[in-house]
Amino acid sequence: MCGIAGLIHRGKSADIGSQMTSMLQALKHRGPDSTGYALYGDKGNDDYVMRFKVAEQEDLASGFDIHDTIKERKATVDARLKEMKVSIKGEEQVTEYAHRYTISFDGDLKRVIDFVEDVDGVEILSIGHALELIKDLGDASVVAGQYNLNGFKGTHAIGHTRMATESDVDIRSAHPYWAYPFNDVSVVHNGQLTNYWTNRRGLERRGHRFMSDCDSELIAVYIAHRIDQGDDLESAMKRSVDELDGVFTYLVATADSLGMAKDVMAAKPMVLYESDDLIALASEEVAIRSIFPNEIDTFDPYEGEVRVWQS
Amino acid sequence: MAELNTEHDSHALGMHTEQLAGRTQKVFFSPSADDNYVYHDSIEVDFNKSAEIDAGPMEIKDVNAKIRSLMKEGYGTITVKNPSAKHSLGVGILNRLNLNFEGSLGYFGCGLCDGPNIRISGRVGWSCAENMMAGTIVIEKNAGSTFGAAMRGGDLVCKGDVGSRTGIDQKGGTIIVGGNAGAFNGFMMQRGRIIILGNAGKNLGDSMYDGTIYVGGKIEDLGVDAVEGEITDVEEKWLENKLALYGMKAPNGVKNLTKIVAGKQLWNYDNLEPSEKKLVL
Repeated sequence: MCGIAGLIHRGKSADIGSQMTSMLQALKHRGPDSTGYALYGDKGNDDYVMRFKVAEQEDLASGFDIHDTIKERKATVDARLKEMKVSIKGEEQVTEYAHRYTISFDGDLKRVIDFVEDVDGVEILSIGHALELIKDLGDASVVAGQYNLNGFKGTHAIGHTRMATESDVDIRSAHPYWAYPFNDVSVVHNGQLTNYWTNRRGLERRGHRFMSDCDSELIAVYIAHRIDQGDDLESAMKRSVDELDGVFTYLVATADSLGMAKDVMAAKPMVLYESDDLIALASEEVAIRSIFPNEIDTFDPYEGEVRVWQS
Repeated sequence: MAELNTEHDSHALGMHTEQLAGRTQKVFFSPSADDNYVYHDSIEVDFNKSAEIDAGPMEIKDVNAKIRSLMKEGYGTITVKNPSAKHSLGVGILNRLNLNFEGSLGYFGCGLCDGPNIRISGRVGWSCAENMMAGTIVIEKNAGSTFGAAMRGGDLVCKGDVGSRTGIDQKGGTIIVGGNAGAFNGFMMQRGRIIILGNAGKNLGDSMYDGTIYVGGKIEDLGVDAVEGEITDVEEKWLENKLALYGMKAPNGVKNLTKIVAGKQLWNYDNLEPSEKKLVL
């Protein structure tokens, strides 16, 4: 089933960490397996924030050596960043296996990403000036507590509560997906894509890489590919409605915008609240109500509809 | 059990002119025969006796249980405050009751109801009034998809816009939409009426067996076997009266509504069983 949610403040920052936690907690019944956030903070300077993991949560139970292995993997990542002349300006160990680095680099970022992800067990969850992507097992209150997300200031966010259906319960299959290798682009999805393998093979032939077998990752890579081909976000999303087959509703966020797309059958729900200051969307209205205690007017976008908002 | 008639009062009024055949049922539920029918555990309530429930801090099942316990105490008018878009509120009420929701409902609100008059001041999510059998439900704002799915009777009114698949598998009753409607409305409907005063999305009336759809605005396109019909004088009167009940009007008058019915050219109208079909193919 899965639940998705998004919000975007127009022209101001707010505590999007707490707001998204409230929304996702209200959607817990749609997906209790894992919870993920793509939070867009205020862009300060040209530094990047890199979120990555060096193991899955379940790996911690795989034996006594895993703790040493995790340390070795992290040391290898540091060495490879140094080798690529990436300057680490700040680092934070969030869990034993998840890290947040502030880095500066002005070369080919894709080469750095590929080099780092070549380390066994390492996955970069996101790189961006504004984007910070966090996902882990458990509901929103667990993940928000674990990663100190309440109080996170920013302009917009998307989030996901996952009920695993076609792939494993692990972090690599959790949403959101970062649209590798494009900075600041992320996707959450509710639904099933029926032409997943056809599209995946086509994108792999064009040099794109997939980290999971989750069909939702395809949307992130597809959008990244279309942007690379010169489409703007809205055009890429409109094209996706024709080219991706199945039943789906998905949200995409970039450094300064938030978009939603719904398949032509309108088979997956989405409720939308729109005001001059704020747009909030969710699979169920109860999520929007969690941040608006008062009566508000909401509506369902129609089949095949694509909308994009700027922060 | 109420009597099932092969002829209904509405035939005499000219409301049914279609010739039912094939696997389509040939019986109609008669409201006159139903007058004396009550459920074995139905409750005598006094509409002048009213109560309020604050659903804000309550679990869904507790709200529904509270409605039942108030009915058992004889309360005939119940107002539920702060429904906060919770799911499955007001379901399975098989009794006469005035039920008011001050706010919005989530998914599957007011399903399986038979008899209550329900008013919702806010919006409803997907699958409102699914399998509704009798009574009225009036929503002041918008509604989600599968509005009135498999509805069997009563009046279901949304004064705003509705999502997709309104009246899917509808088997009776009337659905009225004050605004626009999404795609696939009236999909496989078997009986009853849908009135959409605004625009209707694609595949309107796809594979409908019977029943009638009226549209006040533009129709994006018709579904398989859905065709335009002509509005009769009796229908005009019925439409005017029905809309007036809820303070609504067709934008350009009921005469200018577009009527959609089943073309009845699909396989299920040829009167042949699958085994017989093989003999002639």
